[in-house]
Amino acid sequence: MTSQARNRLFAVVALLIAGAGLAYIALGDLEENLVYYWSPGELLAQGEKGYGPTVRLGGVVKPGTIQFDSGSHELAFQLADSHAAEASAVKVHSREVPPQMFRDGIGVVVEGSYSSNGVFESNRLMVNHSNEYRAPKEGEDPKQWQESLKGDTTTTSARTR
Amino acid sequence: MNATLGYAFVLGGLAFAVFGAVVGFVGGLRHSQTGYTWVLRSVIGFFVCMLMANAVMVFALVTHDFSVSYVAQVGSRATPLLFTVVSLWSALEGSILFWGLILGCYLLAFGLAHRKEPPVAMQLAVGTMLAVGVFFAFLIAGPANPFHAVSPVPLDGPGPNPLLQNHLLMVIHPPMLYLGYVGMTVPFGVAVAALIRGELSPTFMAPLRKWTLIAWAFLSVGIILGAWWAYAVLGWGGYWAWDPVENASFLPWLTATAFVHSTMVQERKGMLKVWTVALALASFILTLLGTFMTRSGVFNSVHSFTQSDIGPTFLVFIGILLVFSIALLSSRAHLLAPERPLDAPVSRETAILVNNLMLVAITFTVLLGTLFPLISEALRDKRISVGEPYFNRMSVPGFLVVLFLMGVGPALPWGRPTAATIKKQLMLPALIGVGVVVVTLLLGFRGGYAVASFGLAGFALTVTLRELLLPAKVRMTEHGERPWTAVVRSAQRARRRFGGYLVHLAVIMIAVAVSASSSYVTKTTVTLKDGESSKFGRYELTMRGFTEGQEPHRSYLAAKLDVKTPDGEVRQALPRMNFYERSTDPIGTPWVRETAREDLYISLMAFSQAENTASFNVWVFPLVSWIWWSIPLILLGSAIAAWPTRKKATATVSAAASPPVSPQASRGAA
Repeated sequence: MTSQARNRLFAVVALLIAGAGLAYIALGDLEENLVYYWSPGELLAQGEKGYGPTVRLGGVVKPGTIQFDSGSHELAFQLADSHAAEASAVKVHSREVPPQMFRDGIGVVVEGSYSSNGVFESNRLMVNHSNEYRAPKEGEDPKQWQESLKGDTTTTSARTR
Repeated sequence: MNATLGYAFVLGGLAFAVFGAVVGFVGGLRHSQTGYTWVLRSVIGFFVCMLMANAVMVFALVTHDFSVSYVAQVGSRATPLLFTVVSLWSALEGSILFWGLILGCYLLAFGLAHRKEPPVAMQLAVGTMLAVGVFFAFLIAGPANPFHAVSPVPLDGPGPNPLLQNHLLMVIHPPMLYLGYVGMTVPFGVAVAALIRGELSPTFMAPLRKWTLIAWAFLSVGIILGAWWAYAVLGWGGYWAWDPVENASFLPWLTATAFVHSTMVQERKGMLKVWTVALALASFILTLLGTFMTRSGVFNSVHSFTQSDIGPTFLVFIGILLVFSIALLSSRAHLLAPERPLDAPVSRETAILVNNLMLVAITFTVLLGTLFPLISEALRDKRISVGEPYFNRMSVPGFLVVLFLMGVGPALPWGRPTAATIKKQLMLPALIGVGVVVVTLLLGFRGGYAVASFGLAGFALTVTLRELLLPAKVRMTEHGERPWTAVVRSAQRARRRFGGYLVHLAVIMIAVAVSASSSYVTKTTVTLKDGESSKFGRYELTMRGFTEGQEPHRSYLAAKLDVKTPDGEVRQALPRMNFYERSTDPIGTPWVRETAREDLYISLMAFSQAENTASFNVWVFPLVSWIWWSIPLILLGSAIAAWPTRKKATATVSAAASPPVSPQASRGAA
């Protein structure tokens, strides 16, 4: 084996070891920083395992449950799986001002953790924007058309933290 | 009418691309001289077709021809003219069409710049680029066709996404980014040609370097403008969130940056050949991956405002390219053996090698974090996201090492420096770096990474300024030239070196600005009644009611705040919410008071006109504007480095490039 070939062999082996090490560290760190995306129902189904880890909880704001104290910026509301009245819901608490479009029935994603006292402490609240547009059909009432848009909220594009 | 005409031009472009690609490949493989003229003619044909197709689309947009599907999708009579033109790239189909035009421009520029060069070599390169053109023309003609005829013709359209008409930055950010993305096609073509020919001669390497640098500069500016846009428009108080869309543009930037450095080792030392070419190929494939990620809607993020069926087409193309690139690289690797082994563990080439490994390691971890949620959802059906802490933890140490090497590399000579040289070169910068750390600690700044980055920035800045100005100083003493003349002449004599160090200055600026603005940011949330005041840091905010207004495409409501700045001046702040006719939700525009020292950033979160109250998120970001103001320096440095050399100058450059040269002389010419 010539010295050049040996050098190259060394280089390749060193690169492989470094790459494997990097992958190991990265995957480990990744595992720690994974944020699961659950619905309120899925979170409740976890039982005790749901307490603690950072998760993103996505659902809709249960109508009539929003309480906001503008003095202390304490926000509390219930996040439900769906608009259905009997859908499972989780109490959410947050210390930030909700964005203007935050309202009853809107799609919301909160990031935070659930604890055994039954309250989801959120440190980040994102409102689902309805980003898809369509023109009103001919003869369609603009009001109705706007209402129809409210249903299909698609992407989160406002972030607060 | 417009639909038919536009589609005809797209098909014409496709035909020219197919013809040119076939002629280029066949001619290149058969070593035929005659085909090149025809390849160049098809380049011109492709360019003209793409130009005309885009012109037809812009005409249709401006004249509100809603019989064209894309116009019906993004056009609206209420949108101002500027944003109507810009809506060419505001949604998927139009942006791919625009992509085709930029590709046409690059091909034409490349063809014109290299029309006199050996045809056998160049027709392979242009043929490869035209093959990429075939793919994009196919996309425009098929899956992403913007020229569908709509029937019945709607009376009006919804207008472009409000987020995209909210700020002028949206007018220049996407074209810059596309110029960066599409520009990577050129190095890809040249690299493929070099691999097929099995030689990395200056015929290939000189254009490879130059065109990568051009694309790199646009990509850098595009990324920074994107960060600025997010900061100025989205109102969540930040400019970078490791969003998949941001990562998509960042990944090719990392590999292209690595390429720009490794190519110097390749040029001077004949080493890292396979590595350098692999980086050129990887940069291009990563731009395609980035386009796939941003355009196919696989991620639900801010930018993926469109969902489409071009995803699979892109995946197939990326797959083909990956297999092709790896096969080509492995079949040619033996021809690209290094001409010599690495001399010494402490030298400029080692510094560049480690810098490359770092950049590639960062690329790998960012790519892993970006793709992991997709893989997890596809394989395990679990929806997850990877938190920002992962990206920060994995990349920040790597960037600190890169910053350190930015000082070490330029300070060290090529080859085998003596211990005395190393000491002499590094002593002063190291002392200054340590001094910066001590001073920042004494000033009360804490936080390991931030303080370390300031120290390393001081270290790298000293080296960069010395390397930038030393040749001028030598000229001043030896030729008695005045300072300015000496700087200009020394820059002219070694343009790539001079331009490169200017860019290094910009990167140091960005490094300091990013670590200061992310480590020492302060934030508060306030709710104010009319007439109420609140203190925040060195500022005092007083609520002064609301104001409303009407603009052609939107109406707005702004909270009026009197801001008392630290120097006693009172400014009126107007953070606002914009209401677009066709959109249910308001889009905010934060108010920013920018100074060199810090930005005061106020975002209107919620308001109640009935109770006369408004809630704001308020941030103070130290040094943040330095990130954007690095752009002129990046452009200037890259332009100086990439400016076409005249024939005479080329001769001296290649003479200087041929080893061996004495370490001292080679340092001067690098």
